Amino acid sequence: MPYTNSDRYVPAAARPVKIVVLGPFAVGKTTFIGTVSEIRPMHTEERLTQAGQLVDDLDDLRGKSTTTVAMDFGRLTLTPDIVLYLFGAPGQTRFSGMARCLMEGALGGLVLADTRRLDQSFPAIDLLEQAGLPYTVAINHFAGAPLHREAELREALALPGDRALVSLDARELGSAKQGLIALVTAIITQSRLEPAR
Amino acid sequence: MVRSHTVTGGAAAASRSALDEATLLVADPHRSPAGLGAHAQRAMTLCRPGVLSVAEVAYHLRLPGAVVKMIVAGLVHSGHLSARAPYTPAAGRHDLDFLQQVLDALHKL
Repeated sequence: MPYTNSDRYVPAAARPVKIVVLGPFAVGKTTFIGTVSEIRPMHTEERLTQAGQLVDDLDDLRGKSTTTVAMDFGRLTLTPDIVLYLFGAPGQTRFSGMARCLMEGALGGLVLADTRRLDQSFPAIDLLEQAGLPYTVAINHFAGAPLHREAELREALALPGDRALVSLDARELGSAKQGLIALVTAIITQSRLEPAR
Repeated sequence: MVRSHTVTGGAAAASRSALDEATLLVADPHRSPAGLGAHAQRAMTLCRPGVLSVAEVAYHLRLPGAVVKMIVAGLVHSGHLSARAPYTPAAGRHDLDFLQQVLDALHKL
């Protein structure tokens, strides 16, 4: 989408909603964010120590052995009152510190998976389970990748029956948004079922 | 070499934990950026015309998110910026009206 300076800013009264997009390398996280985002997808560089911890102090940025990892994000103004922020983080175990930081303050997570290597999405699912954050798994369908029945996919992913599972094409907005719709629908449904704490 | 305390105006640590990448920043138009450090001035120049998230400020300033969080925390502490945190359920309960608005808007895309 074209990006001009006039749409740099979000509506003054907007409330931000944060969703994390997790999954293995090259599963389509950046594509997904680019499709949904109204701005050209951005990335910032985050420095990680070798222990995989996000560095959050300037003092730590000097002298320590760090690696740099790019974090993708995009933005979608839904209404004058709501702006969605999507953050993509690598799902590999060695980046789990960064993913944990990103999950703070998030409404939920979308895990992208490729049917040719479902197991590579396990670490992302584990991270979200550990964080107790609502999530939805979305199969990003690639040309030539095998098609499976939903029951088979659920079994392969060890996904409970009440956990949303969708298929989408990360390149098309009408399809990509189904992942977000499934996630928000699941959160609303679950919230209605839960008694007041 | 500049100590981080100096770069951020010395107020970062206490409020930093409340800042999220998706936190929106609203500049106080009555606060002068005079006297602020160079990074803080750049952040204010960016934020005064409109509302942006912490992540966008980091992107536009070409600085790591962790560094921008410290600079912004100082500006929130001094009153130059106010911070609007992302939606989270209050005391474990979701605002279902709000989530329904999110869902309706997604359907309309």
